[in-house]
Amino acid sequence: MSPTLHALLILLVAGGVTFLIRALPFLLFGNGERVSPQLHFIGRTLPLSVIAVLIVYCLKDAILSSFSALWPQLIGILITALLHLWKHNNLISIAGGTIIYMILIRLL
Amino acid sequence: MREFRYALKQTLPVFCGYMVLGIAFGLSMHEAGYNWLWSMLSSTVVFAGSLQFTLIGMLGGNLLDVAITSLSVNCRMLFYGISLIERFRPLKKSKLYAMFALSDETYSLLCGAQTPEGLSDKKVVLWMSLLDQSYWILGSAIGGLMGQALPFDMTGVDFAMTALFTVIFVERWQASKSRLPAFIGLGYALLSLLVFGPANFLLPALIAIVFTLFLLRDVIENKEEKAV
Repeated sequence: MSPTLHALLILLVAGGVTFLIRALPFLLFGNGERVSPQLHFIGRTLPLSVIAVLIVYCLKDAILSSFSALWPQLIGILITALLHLWKHNNLISIAGGTIIYMILIRLL
Repeated sequence: MREFRYALKQTLPVFCGYMVLGIAFGLSMHEAGYNWLWSMLSSTVVFAGSLQFTLIGMLGGNLLDVAITSLSVNCRMLFYGISLIERFRPLKKSKLYAMFALSDETYSLLCGAQTPEGLSDKKVVLWMSLLDQSYWILGSAIGGLMGQALPFDMTGVDFAMTALFTVIFVERWQASKSRLPAFIGLGYALLSLLVFGPANFLLPALIAIVFTLFLLRDVIENKEEKAV
């Protein structure tokens, strides 16, 4: 098989597996019947947990390396959260937090 | 078109994050000998950032390895659809695309703000999914095209992604009647990171979270009722 065709096949396999993973809950629970109370409970409470996990995911390398890599990110997160509690505007919070972070890593 | 404009505004932070990460991806593909068309192709058929970065080194590898890697890197997404089953139901056939395009970032946007009164929720869902993937494909192409020469130092712009998750966390935190799931998520993520390391910590953490949420269901629902 030519390398081009092989790489194409690799992408199709990766894309296919990813699609199946994303579609599985809909295939298992989406066939007309009501979602069970247990599942409804998970669907309601899981996102808050998952977002917390994704924040840790963003910080994973800094957490494992050093505090000097971690603290600008923690301050960025704090600024973002405070701006959001204050203004409730996604762009202000995200731009504010990101700019503060970019300044902090340059001052180090 | 009001749905399109609303989706455009909501997805702007993802635009910033995806452009930066997409460019980084395009640059890495370029360095590995795959041009911008390959980056675009990968972003079109796979559309899963962390997996796409992993795949760069595997494009000449064997198919079974790729299947197993895809499964373990993206397993966390098994849980995303659960909270969207009811919301995706009105999408009918276009649901296929919305499921395909359910990335971390699109999922978090869908978990964030409620669609305002008067707008069609299914159009908003579709526009957000389509826009997010377009940003990602565009970023990958630009990265591939511009090679290594960045006009100025943009180090740290990718923090926009962390900030986006923070904003969604604050919104979810304020809307939730019980905050326990936040601490459960945080606790298991940190524990799992220390035990399993950065490459493999997501799946064990998510499994532990789902089990713990089920175990604590009575406690959490009691709190929710008291908060009403």
